[in-house]
Amino acid sequence: MFASPAASDRPWPLPLLRFLPLPLLQPILTLIGTQVAKTQPDVFLRLGPHALKSFIIDPTDLPFVLVLKPKPEAPSLSAWRRDNAPYSHARIAGTFLDLFDLIDGSLDGDALFFSRKLRVTGDTEAIVALRNALDDVDGGVVESITKAFGPLAPVATITVSHLRRLGGRGKNHE
Amino acid sequence: MNDDVAPRRPELVCPAGTPASLRTAVDAGADTVYCGLQNATNARNFPGLNFSPEELRKSVDYAHARGRKVLLAVNTFPPAGQFQLWKDAVGIAASAGVDAIIVADMGVAAYASREYPQLRLHLSVQAGASSPEAIRFHCEEFGIRRVVLPRILTVAEIADVHRQIPCEIEAFVFGNIGMMAEGRCSLTNYVTGISTNMDGVCSPAADVRYEEDADGTLTTRLGSFVIDQYRCGENGGYPTICKGRYGCSVQSEPYYAFEEPRSLNLSALLPDLMRAGVTALKIEGRQRSRAYVKSVVAAFRLAVDGIMAGEEPALTDLIALTEGHKETQGAFQSKSWR
Ligand code: SF4
Repeated sequence: MFASPAASDRPWPLPLLRFLPLPLLQPILTLIGTQVAKTQPDVFLRLGPHALKSFIIDPTDLPFVLVLKPKPEAPSLSAWRRDNAPYSHARIAGTFLDLFDLIDGSLDGDALFFSRKLRVTGDTEAIVALRNALDDVDGGVVESITKAFGPLAPVATITVSHLRRLGGRGKNHE
Repeated sequence: MNDDVAPRRPELVCPAGTPASLRTAVDAGADTVYCGLQNATNARNFPGLNFSPEELRKSVDYAHARGRKVLLAVNTFPPAGQFQLWKDAVGIAASAGVDAIIVADMGVAAYASREYPQLRLHLSVQAGASSPEAIRFHCEEFGIRRVVLPRILTVAEIADVHRQIPCEIEAFVFGNIGMMAEGRCSLTNYVTGISTNMDGVCSPAADVRYEEDADGTLTTRLGSFVIDQYRCGENGGYPTICKGRYGCSVQSEPYYAFEEPRSLNLSALLPDLMRAGVTALKIEGRQRSRAYVKSVVAAFRLAVDGIMAGEEPALTDLIALTEGHKETQGAFQSKSWR
């Protein structure tokens, strides 16, 4: 089981996210989905038939989960309270920062799994396909997402750098 | 080993499951990168992994522009009546300009040597050729230029084989290690109906299920079989049958019948391997991430360069990337490894 770190141990964006009403998060999540579809079409090719499945991404230290439906023509990312999340084919759970580093390409998913910091349940094949598809993005998906924020891109970039620093980029590699 | 013999500069052969991984490996110091196509012609036929013909062509261009090589693994065994897929893979490799293909099946080797005589052939570890006689046979019949040795020989035995064969030797130095005769294991086939050696996947993800109960105990299943149960906080491994824990009547507790989850790491034996006549050092892990590729390739680049400069090998700690967070030197150090 994952112990939730004390709020004071977390980097500053996480406590803020705790209190964020989910509808406020939705425009940002929609932007992320649209940006990935626009800039990384190869991700959907790699997913193959698994692009039609749905995934719960569960940051265990936050009070909500993300539901990813990577349909190529209309990918969607939405936030749900953990208890109300819809049925999904697969679930990937870990701390926010471990999931962030994984998606950012700076942590190895197998190593995280071996150390029991990553939990996967449901359709394992779909999860493996998603992991491999995201890993084929040079510089990481996060890098390409920050560009979607237009005039706010510098703020997004600073936030990401902050997360990388505090989240311990490469912490499982030392 | 004889310490008076100067080590030869080896080629560092690194894995890539995706084009981004290939670029990462090249940028991290790989001399050569090996990869596979998106089908059963290679032994890492995993969902979302591997290269389209177009990606392969672009990746070869990327590597060649930087003076590095690309090898294509066509290292599974075609089932009867399905040979066309393997013929196509050899043709794709040739037209993409890869530096060699890695083959296991004699039919594929014969076809490639006959139809593409200019294409360099390496003998895959999957061929299981470990004796000088078996290796010489492949060299004479199919023009094999390099053999990837099965992970069953000590360094002294590798040196002995080297003296008796006409081709180069490539030896694994890091990564996942199986217990069975390479290219002959049928455990996955027995449990799932999918063949490691013909379909290119051990423990197919579609048949793997993970379940964690309220106590944090993780149960790993392959098909209808429980492979292992990890207590809360206990490090895990791949869902492969050879590294599972099983109960039986003569053991009071479930036990590792074959071997514990652990990875090969020969970084301490690099100077010996280099003196034994090994031309190429191979890192396993086409199924792993760019983060793994970057860390492991950079660590071995540093170690090899240090040895060539006459320094003590710089051995970076790679334990966090190993299966079960445990390492072994397997059979390379001594035959006591089971
Ligand atoms: S079960 Fe083990 S030895 Fe057999 S193919 Fe899989 S990893 Fe290799």
